[in-house]
Amino acid sequence: MKQTSGTATKPAVGRKPQAPVAPPHFTELISPNPGINFLRWAPFAIGATWLFILAGLGSVWWHGGLNYGIDFAGGTLVQARFVEPTSIADVRSALSRPDLKEVLVQDVGGGGREFQIRVLGGSEETDMASADSVKTGLRERFGEGSYDVLRIERVGPRVGKDLWRQATLAVLVATLMMGAYIAFRFDLRFGVGAAVALIHDVLFTIAALSIAHMEFDLTTVAGLLTVVGFSVHDTVIISDRIRENLRKMRKESLADIINLSVNETLSRTIITNGTAITVTGALFLLGGNTIHSFAFTLLIGFIVGTYSSIYIASPVVLLMERRARGRA
Amino acid sequence: MGGSIRFRALLFAALVVAAVVFVLPTFVNPVPSWWPWQQPVRLGLDLQGGTHLLYQVQIDAGIDNRTDQIGRDVESALRDAQVGAFTVERKGRTLEVRLATPDKRAEVKKVLQDRFTNLTLTESAGGEAADFTLTLNAREEQQLRDRFVDQALQILRNRIDQFGVSEPTILAQGTDEIVVQLPGIQDPQRAKDLIGRTALLEFKLVAEGPQAGTPQKPGPGMVVVPGRPGDRNQYVVEKRPIVTGDMLTDAQVLPGGVTEGYAVDFVFDARGAQLFGDATTHNVHRRLAIVLDGVVQSAPEIREPITGGRGQITGRFDFKEAQDLANVLRNGALPAPLKLLEERTVGPSLGRDSIRQGTISFAVGSALVVLFMMVYYRGGGVIADVALMINLLLILGAFAAFGFTLTLPGIAGIVLTVGMAVDANILILERMREELRSGKSVRAAIDAGYERAWNAIFDSNITTFLSGLILFQFGTGPVRGFAVTLCLGILTTMTTAVFLTRVVYDWLVVGRRMTTVSI
Repeated sequence: MKQTSGTATKPAVGRKPQAPVAPPHFTELISPNPGINFLRWAPFAIGATWLFILAGLGSVWWHGGLNYGIDFAGGTLVQARFVEPTSIADVRSALSRPDLKEVLVQDVGGGGREFQIRVLGGSEETDMASADSVKTGLRERFGEGSYDVLRIERVGPRVGKDLWRQATLAVLVATLMMGAYIAFRFDLRFGVGAAVALIHDVLFTIAALSIAHMEFDLTTVAGLLTVVGFSVHDTVIISDRIRENLRKMRKESLADIINLSVNETLSRTIITNGTAITVTGALFLLGGNTIHSFAFTLLIGFIVGTYSSIYIASPVVLLMERRARGRA
Repeated sequence: MGGSIRFRALLFAALVVAAVVFVLPTFVNPVPSWWPWQQPVRLGLDLQGGTHLLYQVQIDAGIDNRTDQIGRDVESALRDAQVGAFTVERKGRTLEVRLATPDKRAEVKKVLQDRFTNLTLTESAGGEAADFTLTLNAREEQQLRDRFVDQALQILRNRIDQFGVSEPTILAQGTDEIVVQLPGIQDPQRAKDLIGRTALLEFKLVAEGPQAGTPQKPGPGMVVVPGRPGDRNQYVVEKRPIVTGDMLTDAQVLPGGVTEGYAVDFVFDARGAQLFGDATTHNVHRRLAIVLDGVVQSAPEIREPITGGRGQITGRFDFKEAQDLANVLRNGALPAPLKLLEERTVGPSLGRDSIRQGTISFAVGSALVVLFMMVYYRGGGVIADVALMINLLLILGAFAAFGFTLTLPGIAGIVLTVGMAVDANILILERMREELRSGKSVRAAIDAGYERAWNAIFDSNITTFLSGLILFQFGTGPVRGFAVTLCLGILTTMTTAVFLTRVVYDWLVVGRRMTTVSI
C-alpha cells in the first residue's frame, strides 16, 4: 500500500500518538492469550478423533459401503410430492410391480407429502424403463394430478465407476496440492502437517457421513473438496504465526512457540471458522433436501478442520522436529 | 496522497455502478428498454427446471459403419472395373476381397491401390486366406475418431435448433461425451427420440427371384430387415443400397390422407437423383424398401421411373413424427450411434423451491454474520459489512456479465462466500487490535494490520481457489456452478474485503484525521 509513506507529510496525525493512551478495550470472546496448554492434551485428542475415524470406517464396512447416491451407484431416482399427506406404505405398495425389482422409498419431509423413490441400478435397458414404471405405478394407484413429479434422474452404471475414480483422484490431488503449497510457502514440516491434517479431515467427514447415514453423491465430493480448501485456512494462520514467533523468540522450545502461537491466534481461528460454520449451519437447516448432504459435509468438515489445525497439523510439525533432532 | 485515495475510491465506484447495471435485469423484470444491459443471470436447470442428457458417442460402432461404407465403395469400384465375380466382406476393421478367378488379379490390385489410398493393402497368395485385405490406416482412424464427436455435435445442434427449445446447451465433454441441456423440457421422451436417432436412411431393392432366399436363410448379398412396429413382415432386401440419406438436400412434411397419415417429402442432390433415376428405370415393378435406422418404413412398388429427384416416405406418421423425421433427414445421419448415459429432469416446482430455500438460507446466514461483525467489531465490523454487500453485488454482476450459470450449489457457494469473505476482515481487525494493544498509534496499527495479515489472507485464499479449480475440473453441471462461485467469490473478496476496506481506513485517517478507531 502506497499510503504508508503519507505519515511524514501529514503532521496532524503525527502529533497525537505520543500522548499516553489508556489500554484499548475491545469486545472479546476469547482473551488475546488464553494460555491454554494445547499440546498437553494433544495425545488424548488425537487418540479420540482417530478412534472416531476408525469407528466410522467400521460403519462403512458394516453397511457394505457408503450410502451412495445414484451418481455413484447408478439407477433411477424419482422424487414426487403429493397434494395430500400419503403414507409411505401406500407409496411402496403402489410400486410393488413385477417390472420394478429393488425399490427404496424414503420420506424426505414436507409433512409426509414428499418421497424419494430409488430403483437400484441394473442393466442399461431396464434402467431406462424403470422411471416410466414408477410413473405408471404412481398414476395407477393415486391418479393423475394428486401428485407432482419433482425430478427424475437416471444414471448408467458406467458413469458411476468413472466418477468414483475421478472423485478419489480429485480429493487426493487437492490434498497433495495444499500440502505442496504450504511446504513451498513455509517449509516441508508445515506442508506435511497440513497434508496429514487434511487427510484426517476428509476421513473424519467420511466417517461422520457413514455414521449419520447421509447420502454420498456428487455434491458430497464437492463438499469434501471445499473442506480441503477451507481447512487449510487456519493451518495457514497458525503456521504463519509460528513462523513469525520463531523469528522473534530464539530461546524458547518449539513446543512452547507452537503453544503460544495457537493461543495467540485462537480468537481469530474460532471467529473465522465460526462465521463459516454459521452460514453452513443455515444451509444445512434451511437449504432443503437437495443439498442436505452437501451442507452436512461442509458443516462437519469445517468443524473438524478447525480442530485439526490445532491438534493434528501442529503436533505433526513438532513430531518431525523431534525426529530430526533425535537423528542429529 | 489524497489523490490516490480519490482514485481508488472512484475505481470502486465505477465497479459498483457496472455491477448494478449488470445485476438490475435479474431483479427488475422487465427492465426499461433504455437500460444498457438486458440479460438476467442465467439459471441452471436445477433452478429453472428442464432436462439434462449425457450421451456417449459410440465411436467404435461408427468406425465399423465407416468401414462398411468403404466396403461398398470398393464393391462398386470393382464392379465398374469389370473384374469378374468377387466378394467383399468386413472382418472387424479390415475388408477382405476374394476373387472367383485369379486372372484379373493385377487389375484388381491396381484399382485398389489407386482408388483407396487411405487404406493399407496386403496381398496373399490365395488358398483359404482372402486375396486382398484392406485396413484403415492408424492415422485415418484417428482422424475419424476426432471428427465423429464434432460432427455429432453439429448435427445435434441443428436438430435441436429445429426442435424449438429456447437456449439449449449442447457441449462436448471429455473425449467422447456430449451434454445436452434443454431448459423447460419436462417430458424429454420426444427430445430423446430426436437426439438419439441415428437417422441413417437407405433405399434398398426388395429381393425377388430364386437368389432372394428366405427370411430365415437369405441369399448371397441379401439381408433381412424388420418392418415397423405393427408390421410383422421380415423383408429380404439387397445388401447394397441404391441411394442413401446423405444424398438428400431437403425434407418437408406433407399432409396426407386420413388413413395414411402425414408423409415426408424429400429432394435428392444431383448424384442422388441420377442414381435413384437409373435404379428406378431399371427396376420398374419391383419393390423398393425405404429403410431408416435398420427398420423398413415402407416398401412401395416402383410404378414408373422416378427421375425428378424427389421422393416421399409414408408410414402412417402423425404430425409430430413426420416433423421430427423431416428434421433428422434434413440434418443428416449421425456418423456414430449415441448412447444415453445419464438423464436428469427437474420439474419447475422443485426449481422454485430450491430458489426459495437457497434465498432463505442466504438471508439467515448473512444476517447472522453481518450482525455478529457489527456487534463484535463495531465500526470495523460495519466497514466489513459494507464491503461484504459490495462483494455480493460484484459476484452477481460478474455472473450476469460473463453469462455464468447460477445453480443451487452455486447459491450455496454464495452463502459460503459470505462466511469466508469476512475472514479476511477478521484477520485484519484482530491484527489491528493486537498492534493497538502493544501501544501503536491508530495509523501504525492500521498499516501493520493490513501488512501482517496479508500473507495469511493471501495463502488461505489461494488454497481455496486451487481446490475450486480442481472442483471445476472434476465436476459437471450444478457442481461446476459451485466451483465458479467459489473462485469468483475469492476474487471479489480480495477486491472488497482487503482493498476496498483499506480505502475506507485511509480516507478516515488521512482525509478525516481520525485518531481513534472503533474496532
